[in-house]
Amino acid sequence: MGGVHPPEQKLTAGKAIEVLPVPSVLSIPLGQALGAPSRAVVAKGDAVKAGQLIARGEAFISANIHSPVSGKVLKVDEVIDTSGYRKPAISIQTEGDEWMDGIDRSPELVRECLLNQEAIVARIKEMGIVGLGGATFPSHVKLMVPGGKKVDTLIINGVECEPYLTSDHRLMLERTEEVLIGTTILMKGLGVSKALIGIEGNKPDALEALGRLAGAYPGISVHALKVKYPQGGEKQLIRALTGREVPSGRLPLEVGCVVNNVGTAFAVYEAVQKNKPLVERVVTVTGKSLTRPGNFLVRIGTPVSALIEAAGGVPESTGKVINGGPMMGKALTSLDVPVVKGTSGILLMDDTSSARVEVEPCIRCSRCVSVCPMGLEPYLLALLSANEAWDRVETGRAMDCIECGSCQYTCPSGRPLLDHLRLGKARVGQIIRNRRN
Amino acid sequence: MKQLTISGSPHVHGQDTIRGLMYGVVLAMVPAMLVSVYFFGLDAVRVMLISVGACLLFEFLIQKYLLKGPVSITDGSAVITGILLSFNVPSNLPWGILLIGALVAIGIGKMSFGGLGRNIFNPALVGRVFLLISFPVQMTTWPIPRPIVAEGITDAITGPTPLGILKEGLRKGESLQDLSSQLPDYLTTLMGNHGGCLGEVSAIALLIGAAYMLVRRIITWHIPAAYLGSVVLFSGIFWLIDPTYYADPLFHLLTGGMILGIFFMATDYTTSPMSPSAQLVYGAGAGIITMIIRIWGAYPEGVSFAILIMNAVVPLLDRGLKPRRFGEAIKAQ
Repeated sequence: MGGVHPPEQKLTAGKAIEVLPVPSVLSIPLGQALGAPSRAVVAKGDAVKAGQLIARGEAFISANIHSPVSGKVLKVDEVIDTSGYRKPAISIQTEGDEWMDGIDRSPELVRECLLNQEAIVARIKEMGIVGLGGATFPSHVKLMVPGGKKVDTLIINGVECEPYLTSDHRLMLERTEEVLIGTTILMKGLGVSKALIGIEGNKPDALEALGRLAGAYPGISVHALKVKYPQGGEKQLIRALTGREVPSGRLPLEVGCVVNNVGTAFAVYEAVQKNKPLVERVVTVTGKSLTRPGNFLVRIGTPVSALIEAAGGVPESTGKVINGGPMMGKALTSLDVPVVKGTSGILLMDDTSSARVEVEPCIRCSRCVSVCPMGLEPYLLALLSANEAWDRVETGRAMDCIECGSCQYTCPSGRPLLDHLRLGKARVGQIIRNRRN
Repeated sequence: MKQLTISGSPHVHGQDTIRGLMYGVVLAMVPAMLVSVYFFGLDAVRVMLISVGACLLFEFLIQKYLLKGPVSITDGSAVITGILLSFNVPSNLPWGILLIGALVAIGIGKMSFGGLGRNIFNPALVGRVFLLISFPVQMTTWPIPRPIVAEGITDAITGPTPLGILKEGLRKGESLQDLSSQLPDYLTTLMGNHGGCLGEVSAIALLIGAAYMLVRRIITWHIPAAYLGSVVLFSGIFWLIDPTYYADPLFHLLTGGMILGIFFMATDYTTSPMSPSAQLVYGAGAGIITMIIRIWGAYPEGVSFAILIMNAVVPLLDRGLKPRRFGEAIKAQ
């Protein structure tokens, strides 16, 4: 149900992954995963190696962080991160590129996984793997199925329905077998015998590549999905692949599914088979005015400015820089912010396309209702939010909103529907929390 | 370095604009406009120009001097109201009456509720129904269409509409068979060579416009399908019961303002419901009311009244019939 068809703009789909040179100074935020920030275990002046643990995730939902480079800790204080706020971070001055012992950085494939279920979960936790699709939920937590819940299907998200972004696409093409081995490991970690890989039909090469090799991996099947935003939304993907609908306010566990991104499957492969922590990722750097848009393998903590430099530098016409895709990404306040585990792309938009369209009265065309993938009434929720009718915002199920932006994208009156919905969600969330306490 | 723009997602916007949609509707009405000129000549041009001009003028005057706010007459909505009002009157309607219709449509039907997007009733229909009950003679004196290419006499002759012939004849106790010689055949009603309001006569011209609106996704199928379906079902049942007294479904679809109402007036964004299920109920309700008025009512035609009545039900439908929420029904594999 619902959905829109924004122009795909996959400018970098044909650009092979390039390794970005290691920058001289990196800032690694301590709050890179959904959940509690990690606690720094290094101090100013400490020497670190690449892959060394520098911050520990101590809460149930938090993740370890490792040094992406070798060098010296410059400081442990605060930097502005992608949220636009000052957040605790570790800054490291790069010296050489010396890695911890035991980390296998060779391209050689390791197919056999010798670890048992428990050891797999422990390794994924140790290596600081988080969901790389954008939500950055710690991956080991997803594998620990609570008692009473039964999971029968692992879903691997290779949809990449956001316009412009191609990092998952390139991974599927260039690290095809690694993604499949990672999937097998996730299946073992989860204790399921079935995995479905969902990819939008606009990536026939990725479908072909994975489909060709998947035969050798029992239980894994590859599925072409209709090209429609937000096909890669977790709940939308589960429905497209299994016909099951996650009930309001519940997790995919409720319908026996766990969803992981292809990037996460690749990171799991490296963590389990190569003993390599999550210290680098593929980031798409794109925009119509960039001279060299591309897909780059980047160390976590690299400033966004270095990435854009590699893509040809900031064009004069740039009006907005987005962390992520144009539908759900966040506008950056500064180009000094570091790449984090959840950074899938950097999108530069021109002055002309940076401004919003003029806001006109709602003409009740009902387009927002028909495109909402959650079956909500965005026009009404936005109005109720603006009128601070929080009880009706709640009963209108605003908390189901996945903030995909389809309503605002499609609104012929250019109304800021999602702005109002976000406000409504924030207030209703607060009210619900207060009620519980 | 210059300042970066900061705003919430989404950072891109679709192609649809109010203007784009409104002028799309206007474009969809062009075939019917051309046909009306073909059949009714310069009178049709006169009526359309006066109606559109008056609607724009009244909206401008009210926005500028009464509300003292921004003027938005270029958004296309007043143009649509003007064209629809002209489509719903006979081509020989005196200009003074037309001006009153435009004033009621824009002034009472639209601006008194707060303008674009806020009106409860379809403005063109408010104007039309006001004229129908205030000037019944002028509003029901229809010139016989006379193709502009035809030779011979130039004086327009007036005559009844097919629905008028039907209602009047049945009232006198005549059977459909007796009336059939006076009624136009299907091809004539499809093409438009019969008496009626200037924009409603040609079903085919209206259907071309409707197809364009459906293909360009200016409207969706829900309201037209439900409206059409309920008319066919309702009239079909009675026709099967007594075909000598009740006209068949095709006759009902091709006469009066049925096609115009189904595709161009019942689908008006502002005055129709928001969820697909509510749109289906709304369309079906309009169809049933139309048929009730046509079969038992005092007026031969019921489309305008039916749509206005269903307009009034929209807030209730919006409240009661919600879209299907994701996760409402958990489907097993």
